[in-house]
Amino acid sequence: MTVAQETAPQSPMTQRPGAKGHTDSGAAFVPDQSRAERLTSYDVADFPVPGGREEDWRFTPVDRLGGLFQVEPTDESRLTFEVFAPQGVEIGEAKVGDPVFGSVLRPADRASAAAWAGAEKATLVTIPNEVELSESVRITMTGDRGSGQRPPRVNGHLIVDVGRFAKATVVLTHKGSAECATNVELRVGDGADLTFVTVQEWDDDAIHLAQNDALVGRDAKLKHVTVTLGGEIVRVCTNVRYSGPGGYANAIGVYFADAGQHQEHRLFVDHETPSCVSNVEYKGALQGDSAHTVWIGDVLIRATAEGTSTYELNRNLILTDGARADSVPNLEIETGEIIGAGHASATGRFDDEQLFYLESRGIPQDEARRLVVRGFFADIVNRIGVPEVQEHLMTAIDAELSLSIGPASV
Amino acid sequence: MATLEIRDLHVTVDTENGVKEILRGVDLTVKAGETHAIMGPNGSGKSTLAYSIAGHPKYTVTQGTVTLDGQDVLAMKVDQRARAGIFLAMQYPIEVPGVTVSNFLRTAKTAIDGEAPKLRLWVKQMKAAMAELRMDPDFADRNVNEGFSGGEKKRHEILQMELLHPKMAILDETDSGLDVDALKVVSEGVNRAAAGGDVGVLLITHYTRILRYIKPDFVHVFIEGRIVEEGGSELADRLEDEGYDRFVKVEA
Repeated sequence: MTVAQETAPQSPMTQRPGAKGHTDSGAAFVPDQSRAERLTSYDVADFPVPGGREEDWRFTPVDRLGGLFQVEPTDESRLTFEVFAPQGVEIGEAKVGDPVFGSVLRPADRASAAAWAGAEKATLVTIPNEVELSESVRITMTGDRGSGQRPPRVNGHLIVDVGRFAKATVVLTHKGSAECATNVELRVGDGADLTFVTVQEWDDDAIHLAQNDALVGRDAKLKHVTVTLGGEIVRVCTNVRYSGPGGYANAIGVYFADAGQHQEHRLFVDHETPSCVSNVEYKGALQGDSAHTVWIGDVLIRATAEGTSTYELNRNLILTDGARADSVPNLEIETGEIIGAGHASATGRFDDEQLFYLESRGIPQDEARRLVVRGFFADIVNRIGVPEVQEHLMTAIDAELSLSIGPASV
Repeated sequence: MATLEIRDLHVTVDTENGVKEILRGVDLTVKAGETHAIMGPNGSGKSTLAYSIAGHPKYTVTQGTVTLDGQDVLAMKVDQRARAGIFLAMQYPIEVPGVTVSNFLRTAKTAIDGEAPKLRLWVKQMKAAMAELRMDPDFADRNVNEGFSGGEKKRHEILQMELLHPKMAILDETDSGLDVDALKVVSEGVNRAAAGGDVGVLLITHYTRILRYIKPDFVHVFIEGRIVEEGGSELADRLEDEGYDRFVKVEA
């Protein structure tokens, strides 16, 4: 198969959500009455090709996503899939018809539906009941552009099935160059404990649209970690549901956007089951001209979800002029019988008083800025709980900072 | 021996109502081994003097000079002033989320000395200094000034002064908001630092209380942006009895 061509119609939207301050361009649309009404379907045809005015695409540069909205053509041979499996884990394949296939995820947009249609089988990672892994499962997806004009169009489908009372950490890393659409299904069994990390460290020309759906079992724990550093356009939609009471979901994310990068993280926690907890915390830094980040945090507490506790937070640190961060938390509550619900969002620049304080102790300004940014990320990075990911991430943040601040002196 | 010389210093600040002159010709010389107290009512410009010497960007020097051993302090950036030997203990220390006290102190020490301190020796030094200030050892793992009580913030400022060994230490209302016990601990720290005779101390205060624990060699009364009277520690005693009314009336 040849390299994908752009087949989608051009978007009528010519402006990027650009250089100005925060505006609620959503005011021009009739929004869904409830987040619950958003369409999900396995059929690509149910989703019109986005034009950029839809609620869930209004921040995204859809005119550059043409190939990802079509099922064909693809070039799967350009995607390699490496798996490191510690003892106790089973690596296999699942295909349409297997009970586990599609048991968690229903595509919620056209890209996910296209990926679904394009990937005939999924990589299946099974952690059997009561097995506790001592080491992380590491999966690396690498796109190879080769001599192609454009990055190859590829799809991915990963299913992580954690049996009851099992405990595991799974790290999925995306590298190289591709136009990649992926679906990830995370099934956390009753009483199980899963840490799932998705790292987007693509080359500069990559485009990646991902949907991660998780189903958290009774008294189960999920920590979903998103780390987005590389790629031209990266959009990760994470949806969490619960299949029994007592479930706990912690979704944390760190992103760092440079000039020309678009990084979008959309979260939807659907509380339908009583006595579950969700905690969402994302932090991002931006630097360089037209660096753009989008964070959408939707939480729905349905009438049946009494005893829910939820909190969402997004913070953005804008390091240079010309970057833009959009941040939209949405909280929809259909019952008053909850423990707590809150959200916070803030986007700011360096705090001059913090810098003065550090500089007044002899610390040069570059070093002071570096300390502040590292500090900004530190609390969230430390909570990832996977040492190799944390170390790698702090190193990557330092490397990013050396672009705007200069190399570290220590 | 270090000497800080302030000559005819005029400083303005931008306010909503335009540019306002706060310092109106300050003359002051502080030598190593000396402790000077600057006393004055609220709004007299004492803190402005402190921040102007440290180089806070909010303040604009319009006239005059500040030199440390002949070097032009006003030409230096904030961090250069600190490395030249100026230290400011702030009245309201700033929180720096995610940066631990130990990381902060080590980074500052490295910057001031121009080389990283020997790790084992440094940890020992830090622990000893913290113990003298009655600070809990786990203090080192907390984020800078985050969630600190008023007393903890001030102890942390004095800890920095003791570890960074400045030539000139400016203490901006370090006594404010401290109970008597904390005041004693903090004063002991200042006295320890001053005991070697190689640091000059500029103690800015509204109250005479701290002067019971730190004996000033000179007392300067600061009113409306300049020094209006100077004397020995007996002047502080007089202020204790009379307050600032005498000076404020003269100005009016």
